[in-house]
Amino acid sequence: MIALVAELPALPLHTAGKYVAGAYIVAFAIVLIYVAIMAIRLGRIERELGELLALTEDDRLSGRGAGDGKERADGSQDVSNTPRESAPA
Amino acid sequence: MYGRGLRALSISTVVAVVAALTLVFFYAPLEAEQGFLQKIFYLHVPLAIIALCGFVVGGLFAIGYLRTRDQRWDFRSYVVIHMSLIFALATLITGSIWAKGSWGHWWVWSEPTLVSFLIVFLLYATYQPLRFSIEDPERQARYASVFAVTAGAFVPANFIAVRLATEFLHPRVLGSTSNLPGSMALTFLVSLVAWALLFVTLCKYELTAKHTRFQLRALRRRLSGEQARDTPPRRSAAPQHPAGTAKLGARVADGGAST
Repeated sequence: MIALVAELPALPLHTAGKYVAGAYIVAFAIVLIYVAIMAIRLGRIERELGELLALTEDDRLSGRGAGDGKERADGSQDVSNTPRESAPA
Repeated sequence: MYGRGLRALSISTVVAVVAALTLVFFYAPLEAEQGFLQKIFYLHVPLAIIALCGFVVGGLFAIGYLRTRDQRWDFRSYVVIHMSLIFALATLITGSIWAKGSWGHWWVWSEPTLVSFLIVFLLYATYQPLRFSIEDPERQARYASVFAVTAGAFVPANFIAVRLATEFLHPRVLGSTSNLPGSMALTFLVSLVAWALLFVTLCKYELTAKHTRFQLRALRRRLSGEQARDTPPRRSAAPQHPAGTAKLGARVADGGAST
């Protein structure tokens, strides 16, 4: 990699170099900021998914032996019998 | 659903961007007049073209919504316009840097291309507040679509009007690309493809992330029962029930009988 970089011709930066670098850095910074926002959103989705998983676990534990698969008094559905793929531990 | 092909698209984008940067800095010759500063051309112009095309595509998707009332079209229109706005912001900043290096000023108000692009940017900057100001999702989608169609039609009209303007200070690109030397034209086309791929990839990421979030919200409502079902969704500029979540919502409404 270092050898490859050494083979590349030198860039004639002069005074224009800072403007060109500035323009490309700004463009990539915007993309990076966007990717960072996406990463934050992904983290939020992961957290929400964890909460939902905990909710279904609670439902499963509380609903065991008390009418599995039936609708509960508060109107919500008991999902304890709903088949789901298990994630590797 | 929206995430299909995302991996291949991401890899293609990275390869294309690296190829474009290599061509820009190590293959394309220096321009006689501007020298190294002209390298901004390979970034600024593709960004501008893609942003403007994105606005037009957003308008076309909005037509799709108005014709079919399918929320997916509104969802796509929203995401494409959102992404085009980001690209337009990058265009304005890189253009301003180029202007400073080339003309000695960050902004030239007498230049029609710059001002017209700023007008288009400011016009679309009102899109999100417009959506947010309307609470009813149906009305929000309808009004936003009408806006997207009207503004989308304004973009090419504005472009033609600027072309017809008498002052031609800004470097012309479209229509004079054939005047570029072969190596410069190739570099420009590769850059255009690379930034277009980046645009499509980011749009797909946004669509996938938003769709996943909507599905999660629908699932949460389903698991939480009636109380959460009756709670109106939080006010948002984004479409409320795009692609698939409406079906999930319907299944929730009938007590999950159809599942």
